[in-house]
Amino acid sequence: MSGSLPVPPSSENTTLINVHPLTVRITHWVNVAAILIMVASGWRIYNASPLFNFTFPNDLTLGGWLAGALQWHFAAMWLLAVNGLVYLAHGIFSGHYRQHLLPITVKSLLREIANTTSGRLSHAVGTYNPVQRTAYLSVIVMIILVVLSGLVMWKPVQLQSLGVLLGGYEGARLVHFFTMTGIVSFVVIHVVMVMWVPRTFIPMWTGRVRQPGKRS
Amino acid sequence: MKRRPGIESAPVECSKAERQFLERRLLLKGALSVGALGLLTGCNITNQETVRKTLWSMSRWNDRVQAALFDPNRLAPTYPDSAITRPFPFNAFYDEDEAPVVEAEPYRLELSGLIRDRRPWSLRELNALPQTTQVTRHVCVEGWSAIGKWSGVTFRTFLERVGADLSAKYVGFKCADDYYTSIDMATALHPQTQMTLRYDDQILPRSYGFPMKLRIPTKLGFKNPKHIMAIYVTNRYPGGYWEDKGYNWFAGL
Repeated sequence: MSGSLPVPPSSENTTLINVHPLTVRITHWVNVAAILIMVASGWRIYNASPLFNFTFPNDLTLGGWLAGALQWHFAAMWLLAVNGLVYLAHGIFSGHYRQHLLPITVKSLLREIANTTSGRLSHAVGTYNPVQRTAYLSVIVMIILVVLSGLVMWKPVQLQSLGVLLGGYEGARLVHFFTMTGIVSFVVIHVVMVMWVPRTFIPMWTGRVRQPGKRS
Repeated sequence: MKRRPGIESAPVECSKAERQFLERRLLLKGALSVGALGLLTGCNITNQETVRKTLWSMSRWNDRVQAALFDPNRLAPTYPDSAITRPFPFNAFYDEDEAPVVEAEPYRLELSGLIRDRRPWSLRELNALPQTTQVTRHVCVEGWSAIGKWSGVTFRTFLERVGADLSAKYVGFKCADDYYTSIDMATALHPQTQMTLRYDDQILPRSYGFPMKLRIPTKLGFKNPKHIMAIYVTNRYPGGYWEDKGYNWFAGL
């Protein structure tokens, strides 16, 4: 549809660069909705039988009561899983991961951490720096783990061989809780970073960034 | 959708195109405020009818997925006696001292529905059937789990003995505490689904479901009815106490 719209006249020394493929943008925002629902309903489910000496404020949860929260959780799990599979398939088969996420070397990561702490965060348009790559790769791994541990809790008998890898039903509960914590921490940092560099927000919708200099 | 007063007071001389443009703008604004309202109300969204219906139909969809995932031959893991959780937690929709009192002698298990021999069963007769024991994990829908030791009659043996229609869809249970629930036939015929008469080598205590409960290690705790007074076989979806309130019906593990 956007192809039929008139292209705004760009000034001579700027170019539009595509930074986020369409599939990445769509799956990103679907994932935002899925993660929000899963976390908010998951907190309500946690509150029914807390693993630790605290509960989540009910006002931050979704579902109203345990059965409602479970309904949300087991409906949105399909959204999370199907959307996640589309994203992973795209990342693997389009070369997106090879081009933008990998490789991450320890050396480059250490250098970037040193840069960040000294206030010289590199932010070249269209490429992820090693800290970003590590963060994005970790959140992908954590979402895979949260789904796997969720499956084990949902089906501890049918999926008992997978359960063995995650410490059985009770082990999967802990893995599920801590990967949730990791994902929520990522989201907080991610949102803070976007507020810090707000010009990265719009391209996550449009996919494009206006960059000084002519297209080579 | 309510129109804003602004559109009525729009000057009459404004052209058709302008008017259409204004109307579209207002429609868009309206749509946006409905969206914003949805976001603001947050948790109240559950009360909305369409959301409620969608969530219920997703739960029915999950019933079908779980029935497909259920392997009638896959056994729930079993544990040594040393792994038994002591004390095993009491759980019901009432306090432990309110558990129903059922007298052993006059007790008769009633049978109805698609069953050939519907003669009632006494506890003595149930105890005379071949007995098995299992140490398995009980998983509660709340999230906690506990390991217990249950002994009794394999439910399949009983269903075959009374000539239940094993091709029927559901087996339903009515309990002395007005609890009721139902399970799919595939789970009823699973080798570990048990009509429990003993807990931890003792006669099933009142708290754990005297005189008889159903132990299903392939289902969540609330699908394990206690104090069972009547069993029926049917093709009509019978629902359940918690299931009718919104908990998932299949609730398989």
